[in-house]
Amino acid sequence: MTAYETVIGLEVHCELATASKMFCGCPNEFGTEPNTNVCPVCLGLPGSLPVLNARAVEYALRVAEALHLEVPDRSVFSRKNYFYPDMPKNYQTSQYDEPITVNGWLDIDGVRVGITRAHLEEDTGKSQHIGVGGRIHDADFSLVDYNRAGVPLLEIVSEPDIRSAEQAKRYVEELRATLLAVGVSDVKMEEGSLRIDANVSVRSPGSDALGTRTEIKNLNSLRSLLRAIDYEADRQWTRTQAGEKVVQETRHWDEEGGRTISGRSKEEAHDYRYFPEPDLVPVEPTGQMREHVRESMPELPGARRARYVEQWGIAAEDARILVDVPGLAEYAEHAVAALAGDGGSAKDVVNWVRQDVLAYLNETGLAPAVLAPEMLAELVGLVAGGTISRQQAKDVLAESLREDKWPRSIVESRGISQVSDEGAIAEVIDRVLATNPGVADEYRAGDDGARKKKWGFLMGQVMRELKGKGNAQVINRILEQRLAGG
Amino acid sequence: MAADVRAGTRSAREVLDEYFDAITDREPEVHAFNVVLSEEAREAAAAVDAAVARGDDPGPLAGVPIALKDNMCTRGIPTTCSSRILDGWRPPYDATVVQRLRAAGAIVVGKTNLDEFAMGSSTENSAFGPTRNPHDLSRVPGGSSGGSAAAVAAGFAPLALGSDTGGSIRQPAALCGVVGVKPTYGVVSRYGLVAFASSLDQIGPFATTVEDAALLLEVIGGHDPLDSTSIARPAPDLLSGLGDGVSGLRVGIVDEMTEIEGIEPGVRDAVRAAGAGLEAAGAKVDTVSVPSATYGISAYYLIAPAEASSNLARYDGVRYGLRVDADDVAHMNAATRESGFGPEVKRRIMLGTYALSAGYYDAYYGQAQRVRTLILRDFERVYEQFDALLAATSPTVAFELGAKTADPLAMYLCDVCTVPANLSGHPAMSVPFGTGEAGLPVGVQVLAPTLGEPTMFRVAGAIEAAGGRTPR
Amino acid sequence: MADRITRADVEHVAQLARLALSETEIVSLTKELGAILDHAAQVSALDTHDVPPTAHPLPIANVFRADEVRPCLPRDEVLAAAPVAQEQRFRVPRILGEEP
Ligand SMILES: [Mg+2]
Ligand SMILES: [Zn+2]
Repeated sequence: MTAYETVIGLEVHCELATASKMFCGCPNEFGTEPNTNVCPVCLGLPGSLPVLNARAVEYALRVAEALHLEVPDRSVFSRKNYFYPDMPKNYQTSQYDEPITVNGWLDIDGVRVGITRAHLEEDTGKSQHIGVGGRIHDADFSLVDYNRAGVPLLEIVSEPDIRSAEQAKRYVEELRATLLAVGVSDVKMEEGSLRIDANVSVRSPGSDALGTRTEIKNLNSLRSLLRAIDYEADRQWTRTQAGEKVVQETRHWDEEGGRTISGRSKEEAHDYRYFPEPDLVPVEPTGQMREHVRESMPELPGARRARYVEQWGIAAEDARILVDVPGLAEYAEHAVAALAGDGGSAKDVVNWVRQDVLAYLNETGLAPAVLAPEMLAELVGLVAGGTISRQQAKDVLAESLREDKWPRSIVESRGISQVSDEGAIAEVIDRVLATNPGVADEYRAGDDGARKKKWGFLMGQVMRELKGKGNAQVINRILEQRLAGG
Repeated sequence: MAADVRAGTRSAREVLDEYFDAITDREPEVHAFNVVLSEEAREAAAAVDAAVARGDDPGPLAGVPIALKDNMCTRGIPTTCSSRILDGWRPPYDATVVQRLRAAGAIVVGKTNLDEFAMGSSTENSAFGPTRNPHDLSRVPGGSSGGSAAAVAAGFAPLALGSDTGGSIRQPAALCGVVGVKPTYGVVSRYGLVAFASSLDQIGPFATTVEDAALLLEVIGGHDPLDSTSIARPAPDLLSGLGDGVSGLRVGIVDEMTEIEGIEPGVRDAVRAAGAGLEAAGAKVDTVSVPSATYGISAYYLIAPAEASSNLARYDGVRYGLRVDADDVAHMNAATRESGFGPEVKRRIMLGTYALSAGYYDAYYGQAQRVRTLILRDFERVYEQFDALLAATSPTVAFELGAKTADPLAMYLCDVCTVPANLSGHPAMSVPFGTGEAGLPVGVQVLAPTLGEPTMFRVAGAIEAAGGRTPR
Repeated sequence: MADRITRADVEHVAQLARLALSETEIVSLTKELGAILDHAAQVSALDTHDVPPTAHPLPIANVFRADEVRPCLPRDEVLAAAPVAQEQRFRVPRILGEEP
């Protein structure tokens, strides 16, 4: 029980994975040469005019379905006016009093987080600050690239329903999985596809009053989110306890310093002077548009996890990993589907996926989509059928992933298949017992320590005879029978 | 003229040379152009002549010279809006209207002077000096499309394009004695028109006759997918019905846009005489009241500056045009804008910024948008009873240079008869009809409901035929 | 509604609009804006209770473009227009404030 309660609302900016930008035909791509994806519209050249990308609207409606958002009959774009060099028109085309979606929710671990609204807006360009330290204030000058200007964003604003940094992280994870599932974003935080602002305040437990909040800007990893909220809540509580006031302001997360810093040096109060964007017309989502979206809605993360737990008998935590990592669940489903007859279970597949396959992906930075799930299915079959041991399978999988080779062909070419034939193994065991006649009796008469020693000796002898390829399980079973029988 | 060029009886080159002679002769005193494109025009004329020689269709405006207001983007050719802030900027693209003109075989002879960013009613607010009225060089041509109106009036080109946000085509047309048309909002693409007030701006033709204006509007009009506010219809069919006359049409003379304080008797008489002419031609003419039109100018001078303050925010010294350096980016922006914009532009940016700012939005901008609704409703109601309306275009004939520069409000009142049609989006045009004070041209305004251009042109044609063509 | 505009209003608005007005301009604008707004405030004489605002003369909605990639501008041409370009980007003096 902490001394205080943290109240958190999150604003998540999600870049929509459209082919072209929000208002022009320039490609929506990450990591291209500076100022190559620009045209008169996204550069804000005089005389240019925006035309709304139909897909951006469709994506907003998809998110509405997933987050239980209402879609008003009419929404409009507004201009948010402020000067900033990475904004080509010095206004952002956004939505203000008539957003495309309102009043939804997202359940996380049994807690319902309200979603105030999700609205469409355009992204800005990017400025790089050059000079001592590269930080904004001590830069000598800045260089601006407008490739990102005009990329469609969906800003998803939550209610202040979140009560801890951990819960905020879970909200983002769940939101991310949802956005991924509905196919509207690649949700790569490291590429800025998902950017988070957190509104944080603190209060005494049990209080209903809302404390003065601060807004922490641009948290670009889950780790930053956790640390920033914990730091900021603690900072606020400490101030409050010391009888000082929390100032309502924007703060920035300093990753290296592990602290939030006041962002507003400002004499300049902001007054965005919103007014309806006269170059665009209202969006009035029709029944047909919404129906089209509903027809193509995929299974949402919560339902999907529940299905895996139930159908595959796996742990909830494993199901969560599958669903949270982009493409991993699809990979696992394909592998399960490719299992041959009685050659292993879905649970086996998931064990391999969440450990070895995931480790490989993390190490290489590859996406699950590049792996052949049939290969994993074959491997699981080989283990289940006793052809190779789990230990051998780890090596085979590594080679299979690395060399893109089928597990069976690796097993065959390396001659590493294990001997599981019971007759053959019994024969070897009998031979070993015959060559070492006293050992069986000493085993039976010995105490635990002695037994263990003799067992190990016999095991080693049998394995040596089998050139290390004996199926340990089968050997164990037969040896036990022989020694018990005596 | 286009017919002769198409038939090969006159070359585009010959036609062009004639107009260039007029330009050489009088442009130094009129100053209609920011730039005359002799080279480009001669090349374009040669291309038209070559097309005719090959037997290709050179287009409906084959070889017809046209002057473009210098707020329409022309690829590779400076587009200044008569502002220093766009110093050195050459657009990397053509406006949709420019593309359509080129495709129709028209020859762009130059870019015409305007009040900076189309803000003004006299073309005196130009960074490059004023344009003068060809009828009397001591007087203004009106504005903001004063350069285009003067170019047509002086015979520098038979056609020109202007833009009309609060009367910027119609008022200079009236003052220069030419035909000027503001089409229904959305009939002509705004793509490539440097924005002043996006919900009011509309490109339209200048011509010496109603028929020529109709031909030009047919060429430039029609849906453009690059402009979200473009009406999804082909260009209006105007020429085919132009000769149908006005018999049986119901025409109303708008009281609030004719019988107003400060209107010159000559102007009021012209409107009445035009009404009489229509009646004689078989129309039913009556007077009508559009009460909210009185509030047009107040609403307009809140809405237009508000939109302008946002549209002109992009001129900040970062991506193109002028930069005045400073230590940090905010000061660079402010120094650039201070130096690059003229006094009227700054005045309107200030006015618009104020009208949108926190605490004032509802009282000013919000209220103006509600008044706009009232004006729209009033006109819609009136159009249930009338096919077209008649009014003054400008309350006065051309005034002396400098007469109103010291009093912004007096200048704003020049637009009192023209702004209602911009607020409502309806089409309106000015037709020369006789002369007023000092023997200067007077224009009569014809208004029609949304997409009522065919009727409007018929009425304008009848007024033109009723006489009162201005002297040259 | 005859709110006179004060000098402080003018200075504040000039800051929002990024205009480095001269002293003379501040003085004349304080006077002019007051007069213009007095006239403009005539709109408040009308009863607009229950009247919705018209942001746009056209009653059209749902104008979209297909999500298709179109050619961009050549970068050289884009940067040639820049007052100052460096390393294929637009160079600006240092930025003091954070993006709001
Ligand atoms: Mg936003
Ligand atoms: Zn673009």
